[in-house]
Amino acid sequence: MNKKAKAFRAALPYTLPVFAGYIVLGTAYGILLNSKGYSIIWAVLTSLFIYAGSMQFVSLSLLAAGFHPFYACIMTLTVNARHLFYGISMLSKFQGTGGKKPYLIFGLTDETFSILCSATPQNEIDKGWFMFFITLLDQIYWVSGSILGSILGSIIHFNTNGIDFVLTALFIVIFINQWKSATNHIPVLTGLGASILCRMIFGASDFIIPSMIAILFIVTVFQNKIESENTTCHLQ
Amino acid sequence: MPFTIGESVLFFGIISLTTIVIRFLPFILFPENKKTPGYIAYLGRVLPYTIIGMLVIYCLKDISFTASPFGLPELISAAVIIVLHLWKNHTFLSIGAGTIMYMLLVQFIF
Repeated sequence: MNKKAKAFRAALPYTLPVFAGYIVLGTAYGILLNSKGYSIIWAVLTSLFIYAGSMQFVSLSLLAAGFHPFYACIMTLTVNARHLFYGISMLSKFQGTGGKKPYLIFGLTDETFSILCSATPQNEIDKGWFMFFITLLDQIYWVSGSILGSILGSIIHFNTNGIDFVLTALFIVIFINQWKSATNHIPVLTGLGASILCRMIFGASDFIIPSMIAILFIVTVFQNKIESENTTCHLQ
Repeated sequence: MPFTIGESVLFFGIISLTTIVIRFLPFILFPENKKTPGYIAYLGRVLPYTIIGMLVIYCLKDISFTASPFGLPELISAAVIIVLHLWKNHTFLSIGAGTIMYMLLVQFIF
């Protein structure tokens, strides 16, 4: 079996929770976009070229607010600011992935990031292709969901209420794995604690950027203490 | 469609470009062929451990403890996931059972 096929087979199981989540959320996005009068072409194009789930949902509410390109840009910066952290976290991991690198960066969603961060393929698996296939499969699920939703429109109603919790469940499981693997729990507790505190202070819609600032502040202040113990993201 | 075709292309195009710029920015600022500053490399090692916790809270951000159902479906399902995962350490079992539990709770109980 060649290098790519092996990497593909290793990548596939890791993406299954995302498959469930993205098909359902993608479908919901397609249905909503369709209800705004945008056909399947728009569902495909936005899911291909924006490929940021929460921002795509936000864009639907922006549609109702009138045509304000500058505002759309600011909203995108705000909603997607957390991706700066993902990029910084992947600087070393994406090294040496060559031509696949731009796509790895482009497709770095919350879910793909969380899998790349925690997945540990066996040694003989090519890391670059492994990460590439996880990213590609995830985007295929998302685009397929959008297409499905856009075809179904509002005609058929599944009682899938609550299935989007699959992504929350995925993050909780990854969180537990991180907790068990970390020798120093300050970073894990910082992320959780700062976010809870900022959610209480700033409310549900405005707490991510304050959380990021608080996290940066705390990990910077405690750099010496944290670095004295071994903390690294798994896949190396 | 609330916008014309041209406006729509511009609107979604801006969102796409802005997202791409954010995702590429760290890699443009700290390219492979230059040594990444120690502090940034440190952030790269430590941030993954902080962000997943932030994502969990991000997913649970809309629950309210002051109005029915008081976040109970989320808390019960999260507890199921945590207990199952610590006990069996099987990713699909934990995610599957937690999600089904949540769906049952929101569809039939709360």
